Amino acid sequence: MLLRHTSKEVKEREGLTINPAKTCQPIGAMYAALGIHGCLPHSHGSQGCCSYHRSTLTRHYKEPVMAATSSFTEGASVFGGQANLLAAIDTIFAVYDPDIIAVHSTCLSETIGDDLQQITKKASDDGKIPDGKYVIYASTPSFVGSHVTGYANMVAGMANQFAESTGEKKSQYNMIAGWMEPSDMREIKRLAKEMGINIVLFPDTSDVLDAPQTGKHVFYPKGGTTVAELKSSGDSLASFALGSISAEPAAIALEKKCKVPFETLDIPIGLSATDRFIMAISKMAKIEVPDEITAERGRLVDVMADMEQYLHGKRVALFGDPDQLLPLTEFLLDLSMKPVHIVSGTPGQRFDKEMRVMLEKRSPETKFKSGLGADMFLLHQWMKNEPVDLLIGNTYGKYMARDEDIPFIRFGFPILDRIGHSYFPNIGYNGSLRLLEKILNVLMDRQDRDALEEKFELVM
Amino acid sequence: MEQIGILEGRERQVLEKKSGVAQADIACDTTSLSGSVSQRACVFCGSRVVLYPVADAIHLVHGPIGCAAYTWDIRGAVSSGPELHRLSFSTDLQEMDVVYGGEKKLYRSLIELIDQYQPKAAFIYSTCIVGLIGDDIDAVCKKVAKETGIPVLPVHSEGFKGTKKDGYKAACLALMKLIGTGSTDGISKYSINILGEFNLAGEAWIIREYYEKMGIEVVATMTGDGRIDAVRRAHGASLNVVQCSGSMTWLAKEMEEKYGIPYIRVSYFGIEDMSKSLYDVAVHFPDRPEIMEAAKRIVSEEVKTLYPSLQKFKKALQGKKAAIYVGGAFKTFSLIKALRSIGMSVVLAGSQTGNKDDYARLKEMCDEGTVIVDDSNPVELSKFILEKEADLLIGGVKERPIAFKLGVAFCDHNHERKIPLAGFIGMYNFALEVYQSVMSPVWQFAPRKGGSL
Repeated sequence: MLLRHTSKEVKEREGLTINPAKTCQPIGAMYAALGIHGCLPHSHGSQGCCSYHRSTLTRHYKEPVMAATSSFTEGASVFGGQANLLAAIDTIFAVYDPDIIAVHSTCLSETIGDDLQQITKKASDDGKIPDGKYVIYASTPSFVGSHVTGYANMVAGMANQFAESTGEKKSQYNMIAGWMEPSDMREIKRLAKEMGINIVLFPDTSDVLDAPQTGKHVFYPKGGTTVAELKSSGDSLASFALGSISAEPAAIALEKKCKVPFETLDIPIGLSATDRFIMAISKMAKIEVPDEITAERGRLVDVMADMEQYLHGKRVALFGDPDQLLPLTEFLLDLSMKPVHIVSGTPGQRFDKEMRVMLEKRSPETKFKSGLGADMFLLHQWMKNEPVDLLIGNTYGKYMARDEDIPFIRFGFPILDRIGHSYFPNIGYNGSLRLLEKILNVLMDRQDRDALEEKFELVM
Repeated sequence: MEQIGILEGRERQVLEKKSGVAQADIACDTTSLSGSVSQRACVFCGSRVVLYPVADAIHLVHGPIGCAAYTWDIRGAVSSGPELHRLSFSTDLQEMDVVYGGEKKLYRSLIELIDQYQPKAAFIYSTCIVGLIGDDIDAVCKKVAKETGIPVLPVHSEGFKGTKKDGYKAACLALMKLIGTGSTDGISKYSINILGEFNLAGEAWIIREYYEKMGIEVVATMTGDGRIDAVRRAHGASLNVVQCSGSMTWLAKEMEEKYGIPYIRVSYFGIEDMSKSLYDVAVHFPDRPEIMEAAKRIVSEEVKTLYPSLQKFKKALQGKKAAIYVGGAFKTFSLIKALRSIGMSVVLAGSQTGNKDDYARLKEMCDEGTVIVDDSNPVELSKFILEKEADLLIGGVKERPIAFKLGVAFCDHNHERKIPLAGFIGMYNFALEVYQSVMSPVWQFAPRKGGSL
């Protein structure tokens, strides 16, 4: 009864957030930067920020997460953090020898007015950046947006600061990954290969945060998008931005800088979003969808049909990040399930609009809120007033699931108490099939658990 | 990238014990070098961990959302009653708040929270940004305290204003404001406070039971399974028993000065230190010899069952080597002794926050050739673990995957421990956990042991 204090009555709160459904920008920037090969993320702020982000990512992935910090002190906050960052750049190249340092700011450095562009330029002018090495940056104030915004800003920074246009197009497409797991990124690469197109996927945390046991602790695991690939993204035929919030800003940057046209798609979670993803590639690259992909789709549809009776009308509450929630909600609707409550701590008019358009058409009575005040306390209150059969969200949902005694599927960030997300994708037809299997398992386990003896069925 | 040496500028924070050679003291109490991959945290973190287990207070983090999100229920500090500490409250400061100040938002949030949860007190943590925009949180706290009638305590924990240790102090300052505000009626002369025990996995309950069996009244546990009313009357105790020296010694000293309560430093890890922590308390009450008798009886009974059960672990672990990298140095001392009692030697010992005296003592305790580090980082840790051929690493959340990647066993002796490691039963649990991890069949398959295909 951990959440016994949650009252049923929903009162408008002014300012207070209880049990947030988001966290702050810098961790998103750190996660994105880990998807560049040979990159050391750098947190320009107090030591605690870096420590908290590394700990959270480590808990989520059960992997070592390397990142450096400017270690702000009282002096830095008075005189500005330029000296700290310049010293940090020296130290990092001298000792940790990365190919790239990806600096992100924090609320502290933003508020004292540190200008990362100017400081990194000074580092370059002062000869602090060795030949063939890079320092990139993203401004990620914690008091704006959420972790998703920070991710988007760092990915846009990669495009902005690496992409080059040589004037000669390459036979390749950019896949700009919205916030997704290493397993999902691996699956994007597999699907592109099946489709027969060359892609530059960035960022790419596969083989970074799902690294094998080797007996060594490597600072820079084998995965990650390389600098050469990032540079060449300016010569790609087109970009696919997977996620309007977390990936599109990078696609826009590429269009501006290198005139690479782009198409924004949902992260391919579920049948419809994967259909759009596959068809967009097929159309853009003028290729037929290969039989293997069609078969994968067929298998998903087959299971959806086989199990449709266990899904219809099941009421779901979900919370998480915008780019996941949109296609996930759509998938639930395709499964004939009923999304009842949706909450995202990440603010954004674009997201609100896209969600509203979909819900108006297909499920007008669904409750939905994002941004300030959209926290898990509110979601829990909603659930108390209008109960659901299933909860989907990150690990913090487990309190609500336990309190309300309902099935729960872990999905999103962070997942601190289960494994799997690093290794098994939730995207594409195969990933959607896995997601569907998970949904069915928890619902049917519950049905078995609660069934009267005479109704306890062997064959389901 | 294969060979990374010790970080330049860190040479003085690393030492390999050699006798017969003059060695400089280890440099500590410094802030980390800019650009280092430090395992340390900030002032806020220090305050948050110390006050976190107070279960009937609300803990409101005044700042952008991150600081509240990352500290939401990540420590297994167990409560026997209310669980307000396990919720996450934040003022979630936005850009406009940064520009115009967050005092109003803080005020409204506090009123809403107190109205909603009816807590016994409220702790307000200021984060980096609050220190910059100049919110007068003291004034807001005072106002809300007056309006609501409960103690509303500011905790000045701006992340950049020092190290984690300064955060401990800020937390202790808040506790000091509570202590002395409750009635001491009915408190026994034979009474103590337990300081620096956070009830991870229920450890405070174990310790408390030992003392109660000795006929000692435990007035307040600070802060494990903590209650505001108990803290308020803590000045009525006769003795402060301080564990986790880093976090609470300051409070003990303050209480000594203000209320004349003496304090002793103890550790509840390992048979030796656990026994000593009972005897040392008993010694303090010489006019009642039953207390010492009870302490002796407890130790003898516990050791009688514990000792034989440790032998099978000792047999298996004899000669294995351990590396220790934990938050406080005091814990390192206990761990060295505890490991020795199960046949293991220590090849690397370090802490995030040890001071000069700690390191001098550590050096004295360690075997020849042991590497001693202050404020270490993953590069150094993995370098020494491999060089010294450690079989086990004892550390916290960020160290665990490093050990596992190296193919080395691991024991979490930080806040992610799942079973009590304190007390006599804790020593058994510790030995079992070390045994399970070191002897796990998985290491046969790990490349370090030649287990690749």
